Amino acid sequence: MAKSWTPMIAAAAATVVACFAGGVAAQDKELLVAGQCDRTGPTQIVGVVICPAIQDYFDLVNSKGGVEGYKIKYYELDNEYKVPQAVEEYERQKQAGAVSIAIYGTPQVQALNQKLVEDKIPGTSPGFGISASADGRRFPYLFPVAATYWSQAAAAVQFFKDKAGGSLKGKKIAYVYYDNPGGHEPLPILEDLQKTEGFELRSFAVPPPGVEMGAQVIDITQRYRPDFVIDHLFGRSPSVAIKEYKRAGFPLSKVIGLVWASAEADINAAGGWQVAEGYHTLQFAGAGDNYPIRQEIRDMYKAQGKPPPKDMDDTVVYNRGLLIAAVHTEAIRNAIKAKGGRKPTGEDVKNGFEHIHDFTLGGLFPPLKITPTDHEGGGWVQVFQVHNGKFVKETDWFRAYPEVVTAAIKKAE
Amino acid sequence: MFHRESGVFKTSYAADMALYPLPIAKWAVAALAGLFIVIVPLALDEYYVSILDLILIAIVGALGLNILVGYTGQISIGHGAFMSVGAYTAANLVVHLGAPFWVTIPAGGLMAALVGAVVGIPSLRIKGIYLAIATLAAQLIIEWTINHVPAISGGVQASIQVPRPSLFGTPLESQTQLYLFLMAFAVLAIVGTSNLARSRVGRAFIAVRDQDIAAEIIGISIFRYKLWAFAISSFYAGVTGVLYTYYLGIANYEQFQITVSIDYLAMIIIGGLGSVLGSIFGAAFVTLLPIVTRWFLESFGAFIFSQADLANIIPNLRLILFGSLIIFFLVVEPEGLNRLWRNVRNYFRVWPFSY
Repeated sequence: MAKSWTPMIAAAAATVVACFAGGVAAQDKELLVAGQCDRTGPTQIVGVVICPAIQDYFDLVNSKGGVEGYKIKYYELDNEYKVPQAVEEYERQKQAGAVSIAIYGTPQVQALNQKLVEDKIPGTSPGFGISASADGRRFPYLFPVAATYWSQAAAAVQFFKDKAGGSLKGKKIAYVYYDNPGGHEPLPILEDLQKTEGFELRSFAVPPPGVEMGAQVIDITQRYRPDFVIDHLFGRSPSVAIKEYKRAGFPLSKVIGLVWASAEADINAAGGWQVAEGYHTLQFAGAGDNYPIRQEIRDMYKAQGKPPPKDMDDTVVYNRGLLIAAVHTEAIRNAIKAKGGRKPTGEDVKNGFEHIHDFTLGGLFPPLKITPTDHEGGGWVQVFQVHNGKFVKETDWFRAYPEVVTAAIKKAE
Repeated sequence: MFHRESGVFKTSYAADMALYPLPIAKWAVAALAGLFIVIVPLALDEYYVSILDLILIAIVGALGLNILVGYTGQISIGHGAFMSVGAYTAANLVVHLGAPFWVTIPAGGLMAALVGAVVGIPSLRIKGIYLAIATLAAQLIIEWTINHVPAISGGVQASIQVPRPSLFGTPLESQTQLYLFLMAFAVLAIVGTSNLARSRVGRAFIAVRDQDIAAEIIGISIFRYKLWAFAISSFYAGVTGVLYTYYLGIANYEQFQITVSIDYLAMIIIGGLGSVLGSIFGAAFVTLLPIVTRWFLESFGAFIFSQADLANIIPNLRLILFGSLIIFFLVVEPEGLNRLWRNVRNYFRVWPFSY
């Protein structure tokens, strides 16, 4: 027994030593952008599309000669949505010389926030993370970049207000949320708005993993009978919700899904586009195929003699991946320009982020304006409706109740 | 541990129970301590120290679970929840009272021990898989409570930022400083568990595990010792939670969910049930496996796959490998890495004259 083990253990030890020797590091005219992206674990439904999209965008940038003469090396690691692993990987990426990092997941953002400041590496958390981190003075190295949960909730209310003809007085709104911290987060904003707008609000918690919500939906559709419903769900649960509303005969045109309940995958899992007809979705990056950048990526694949990846069909999530990669690229571009062509550090890239404005990538993004105080870039969203088998744009980019959101950010201090 | 000995003939109970069977064992341990406390933090890059930090924290937690599962034979899949009890206790103490670590760590441990003892009450009546379900319920109840009671969770985000621990007024910020900080508690946990195992309480635990009726007949109060086992195990878990909180700078219940409990069970099963060294091996193994797999693939995978494919292959292969290695170890050596280590030692003891 023991005898046969010895050579195996020796081999394993040799492998470990060999691995120490290898690894990833940035070259001279190369900048390393770190990414944490989960293709496994509970959020893989998003990860399997968003991670390749980020890679595709950086490949495109590099194929066009890079940013101001620098190639971008994207170093992606997967942490299965586990916080200790995320911290270990962050240390790895820091050691490799990352100048910025795309974080993935709310608890990971919270755990890394302090380290980002200590190490002066800017991190992004589009559409998740800490809502209060829109405040650049308190969270200098954290960039939500896209609408936070607070802005999203405010936008959903604004959307219904416009739909109801300018007043929500006496209307009933149901807020259906995944019962985790991310799900709770918009509640204070909704409660504030309830007072000023005079609507009735009731919240319905969906316990994780949210694959069984018949009881809640019956409660909502048969007993509460709301005028509007806000779905703030993650993972599998948005599709379950759509299916249950349909079964209960509740019109989906009264329902809006916040950003993680609004992808093609959710519609398909709910049983297809006919089932979800009328469903509204809130987006922080454009949905659909009508953007020049997507054609450029297809052309890039064509030039390599490959078909475009299947991930591109999931336009909502894929486009968000492009947004993440593009803001990092723009921040780096600003940083290099500010340094007159010299290699930027993490601190320079942070300043680069704070000078991103009027950068829309052909309408894929809102008119972002990130400043040293506003790291959210305005909190813009767009609403798309499921109609005839695709997402149809319903509103232009808009932001809602900035004063309410700002007050909440102030209060969080 | 690392020595080769001969002529160990124990003639008294005291000799049999001694921590160091031979003087050389003492030297081996001292050398090991010197290596890990002095040389390693000086010689290694910060990144590698950060990996060791995670292993040290995992060691404390694995030892705790091993006391309950390995020594006392009670199964628990609520270990992650007990960690969160410790984490939130400490975080609240730090935020509201500005308590230093030497208050929060015992406080977090004691609070977890209290909750653990309550959860352990059903263990008098139910055993095995039924007890597992009871502890699973505890895991879910604790998670729910933290998520829904703002007084504990500190608001809707259910996460509390905690500043780094400070010693004599200097905050411990670098990975190396944190390494020494965590090492102190890991050593305490290791020494504590080694001594517990050879004390009256530890022997009572083992008696309860091996045959509870026989244990009761020879005068061991089963109920009391089962509760003790739960309390001590949860104390370790609580301390682990506090250490995670200090290390990560945040208490967040999402990092103590059921997968964490399962990971810790995997650690002690792979490492070896009912052994201190096994807990250490298991903690190191489970923490290192994903990292080593990734290194290996990053270094050699590029010869076979494109960079884009590799990004997809690494995480998935890692999960497959993790699962298959657990099965592999359970089939080849059910007694874990600890037994494997003993086999290797026994082989070298007589090397090169093995027959």
